[in-house]
Amino acid sequence: MIEFLHSNLSYILSGISVGGQYALIAIGYTMVYGILRLINFAHGDVFMCAGLMMVYLSASLPMMMSIPLVLILTVVLGFLIERVAYKPLRTAPRMSVMISAIGVSYLLQNAALYFTGGLAKVYPTIPWLSDTVVIWDATTKMVTVVTPILTLLLVILLSLLIKHTKVGMAMRAVSKDFETSQLMGIKIDAVISVTFIIGSFLAAVGSLLYFTNYASVTPVSGGMPGLKCFVAAVFGGIGSIPGAVIGAFIIGICENIIKGGSSIFGISGSGWTTFSDAFTFALLIIILVVKPTGLFGEKATDKV
Amino acid sequence: MKKKNKTELWIALGAIVIVYLAVFILEKTVNSGHILFTVLKKGAIYSLVAVSMNLLNGFTGLFSLGQAGFMLIGAYTYAIFTMPVAVKVTDQVYKYYACAVPFDTGIFVALICSGLAAALFAALIGLPVLRLKSDYLAIATLGFAEIIRAIFQWDALGPVTNGANVMREYKDLTGVTIPFTDIPFPPTLYVFLATGICIALIVLLINSSYGRAFKAIRDDEVAAEAMGINLFKHKEMSFVISSFFAGISGALLAMYQYTVQAAQFKSAMTYEILLIVVIGGIGSISGSCIASFLYIAASEWWLRGLDMGKFLGIDSATVFRSGFRKFVFSIIIMAIVLFFSRGLMGDREISFRGLAGLFRRKPAPADAAKGGGTDA
Repeated sequence: MIEFLHSNLSYILSGISVGGQYALIAIGYTMVYGILRLINFAHGDVFMCAGLMMVYLSASLPMMMSIPLVLILTVVLGFLIERVAYKPLRTAPRMSVMISAIGVSYLLQNAALYFTGGLAKVYPTIPWLSDTVVIWDATTKMVTVVTPILTLLLVILLSLLIKHTKVGMAMRAVSKDFETSQLMGIKIDAVISVTFIIGSFLAAVGSLLYFTNYASVTPVSGGMPGLKCFVAAVFGGIGSIPGAVIGAFIIGICENIIKGGSSIFGISGSGWTTFSDAFTFALLIIILVVKPTGLFGEKATDKV
Repeated sequence: MKKKNKTELWIALGAIVIVYLAVFILEKTVNSGHILFTVLKKGAIYSLVAVSMNLLNGFTGLFSLGQAGFMLIGAYTYAIFTMPVAVKVTDQVYKYYACAVPFDTGIFVALICSGLAAALFAALIGLPVLRLKSDYLAIATLGFAEIIRAIFQWDALGPVTNGANVMREYKDLTGVTIPFTDIPFPPTLYVFLATGICIALIVLLINSSYGRAFKAIRDDEVAAEAMGINLFKHKEMSFVISSFFAGISGALLAMYQYTVQAAQFKSAMTYEILLIVVIGGIGSISGSCIASFLYIAASEWWLRGLDMGKFLGIDSATVFRSGFRKFVFSIIIMAIVLFFSRGLMGDREISFRGLAGLFRRKPAPADAAKGGGTDA
C-alpha cells in the first residue's frame, strides 16, 4: 500500500492541487446557486478571462502590480455581468436567466477568441509559485503545496464572513427565502452583487493557481473546469460551501487518478484522459439519481 | 372554424410547394458554388435540429442540452454505415485500426439508422436523467453529451469509430441519386426534402393527443399528472423522438460536410442551437426555422466581412480580423436575450392571415412556411 502510494504520489499530489483550484471556483457556483437558483454558466469563462488578463497585464507591468490588478478586474467583470445580464431578468422565468448565462458564456468565449486570435497564450511564471519542490521523491511545483493551504484559509475566512458579519447574515437570509428577506428590508441587489464579487474574487485566485500549473490559456480553457466545478458543487450539495470544497477535492483527486490510469491500473491506452472528463459527469448523474440533494444539501420540498 | 383551418392548410401546402419549386429552380439556374446554397443547406439542417430541441424545451418543458451528443451519434452512424467496404479495407480512412464494420448500406437506410441509434441512446440516457428537474436535467444532459463525445474518441473503439480521427469518404450529398437511376439528385433540394419531412412529422406529433400531453406537462407537471398523464412515459417519448430527429440532422450535417469528427460536437454547438431556438421563440416551430436560416445566413454570409477585413465599405484589417464576426454576433444574441426574450415569434406560429394583414399592399411572401427559405 505504502509502496503503491509512493510510486503514484505525483498523481495524488496533482489531484489535491487541482482539487483545491476547483474548490475555489466551485464556491462561486454554489453561492450564486444558493441565492439566485441560477447555474452561472459564465463563471468558468470569468475564470478563463482572469487567466487572460494576467497574460496581458504581466506583459507590461511588474508581477507585484499585475496580480492585484487581475483580482480587481475580475471582480469588476463578475459584478458587471450580474448587473447587465442577470439583474434585468430578476422577475423573468428561471429558464431565461439560464439562457442569458449561456449567452454571456458564449460572449466571453468569443471575445477571448477575438482578442487572442484563437492562439494559446503562454501563462507567465509567477516567481515563487513556479519553483519546483521534491516531496517524497515526487517532483512538483510549489503551487501544489500552496493551493490546498490557501484554499482552506480562504474557505475559513469565507465561512467566518458568512457566519459573523451582517452581510453574511443577509446572504443566508436571501438564500433561505428571496421574497421574505426583501420584505424584511434586505437590499437584495447589494447582497447579490457581494455574492458575485466574492465568487469572482475566488475564481481569480483559482485562475492564478490553476494556470500556473497548466502554463497556457485558451478561450475555451474555462469551459471544462467550469462544468466540473459545477458538478463538484452539486456533489457536495448545492448551496453548501463545505460541500463544494469537499466535492471539488474528491473530483480533482479521482480525475488525476484516472488520468494516471495506464500506470496505476496497469491497463495501457491513451483514452484515460478523455475518460477523466467523462468520469465527472458520470459522478454527477450517479449522485443526482441516488441522492439529489448532494452530500450536505438540505432537502427541499415542492409546495403545490 | 373547420373550414378556415382547411383553407389555411391549403395555403400552407401551396407555400411549401412554392418553396420547393423555388429551391429547385435556384439550383438549376444559379452557379452551385454560390454561398446561397451553403446557407440553404446548413440552415435547413440547423432548423431540423432546432425544431427537435424546441420539441423538448418549448413543448415539453424539458430543459435539455444534449443535442450535440445526439447529432454526433447520428453523424457517426451515418458515416460508418455508408462508407463503402472498398474504402474500409484499405487504410485510407481507418489508418490505425482495422475496421470492424464489414458492410455498407444505402443513404436512406443509413439516415433512418442514424436516427434510431440516437433514439436508442436517448432511451437509455432518459431512464436515469428524466427524473431530474430543470437545471439539473440541463447539466446532466450536457454531461451525457460530453460522455458520448469521450466514448466516440476513445481509441479502444477505434475499429468502429476511427478513434479521434476524421471520418470521410462516405456517401455525401453529391452521391445522392434519384431512386433507380444514376441521375444525381439536386443536393439542396434533397436536404430540404429530408428536413421538411422530419419537421412535418414533428408538427403532426405536436398537434396530436401526445403533443397536447407534452404541452400539459410543460405548463404544470402536477396538474398534468393529476389529469392522468403518465409523466415519465411522455417525457421519455418526447426525449427519444427529439433525439431521433437530432440524429437525422447530425447525419445530414455529415452528408453536407464531407468530413466529420467528434471534436466538432462540443457543448458550444448545443449552445448555438439553443440560442437559435431562443431567437426564434421558445415554443414556435416556424420561429425556429426562420431563426436558423437567419442565424446561418448572418454567420456564414452577411457578417462574413467582419472576419475578412472589410465590412460595409469600411476597410480596416486590424479591427475586422478573424473572430470579430462571432464577437459581434454574440453581442447581438445577448441583446436579443435581454431585450426581446420572447424571440422573433414568441410561442405563436406564422399564420397567413396575420401575414396578409401585415403586408396588405405586398403579396404574402411565399417562403414563409419554410421560414424564409428562399431569401435567407
